[in-house]
Amino acid sequence: MADPMRVRAAENGGTVDVKILMKHDMESGQRKDASGKTIPAWFISTINVKANGKDVFNGQFGPAVSKDPFLNFKYKGAKGDKIVVTWNDSKGDKRTDEATAS
Amino acid sequence: MNQQRRSLMKYSAVFGLMASAGLISTAQAQEWNKAAFEGKGIDDVFKILGADSPDKSSAVTLNAPDIAENGAVVPVGITSTLKAEQMAILVEKNPSSLAAQFFIPAGTDSFVTTRIKMGQTSNVYGLVKADGKWLMTVKEVKVTLGGCGG
Repeated sequence: MADPMRVRAAENGGTVDVKILMKHDMESGQRKDASGKTIPAWFISTINVKANGKDVFNGQFGPAVSKDPFLNFKYKGAKGDKIVVTWNDSKGDKRTDEATAS
Repeated sequence: MNQQRRSLMKYSAVFGLMASAGLISTAQAQEWNKAAFEGKGIDDVFKILGADSPDKSSAVTLNAPDIAENGAVVPVGITSTLKAEQMAILVEKNPSSLAAQFFIPAGTDSFVTTRIKMGQTSNVYGLVKADGKWLMTVKEVKVTLGGCGG
């Protein structure tokens, strides 16, 4: 199982600012190992964020997103919103974490 | 009312089971756009996204550094004064141009920030789809140390 994400959500004036830091190698498929073999690509491909069960953000990543991807977006919401973040990677691994807007 | 609630519960139970059995996943609900992410040049990606030749617009702002010391971590953000439906970040000289694509539901601001890798100095494109039309903005980011090769 993949490492947990860090999810922070802060409400300010009716807008919730969500910051997500995912833990993932995001192997680009361009790098070579010591013996010169290409390391196959392995990256987070889709990410979904729900607040109180409703989609607030959907993203698709390519291998060109940095290692340990960071994501910041804002949506109209309120304190106490339950935020659920789920990502899927190119090997079919997935991870879900939750946070509460403060 | 009660009947409705019951059938809703039944449905969600079925969906829950299917999800746990791996029959439906969020990836399927929103399929990864393989063709777009494997598109080689920016024109390829524009075509796949259905953006043919997006107009440059001052309503789209790309927040990226002029010079990135480390190409492995380049902070890039897109904001727009329009109500964006979709956003995309493209790097012209990366092996695959499309770095990330975002879907912005109603109620979510036209604002996103992330970090991308850049192999070399290149133009970075910020695309926004608003009102069914793709708009873009371009900025050159100089990279002193590439982040794609090894």
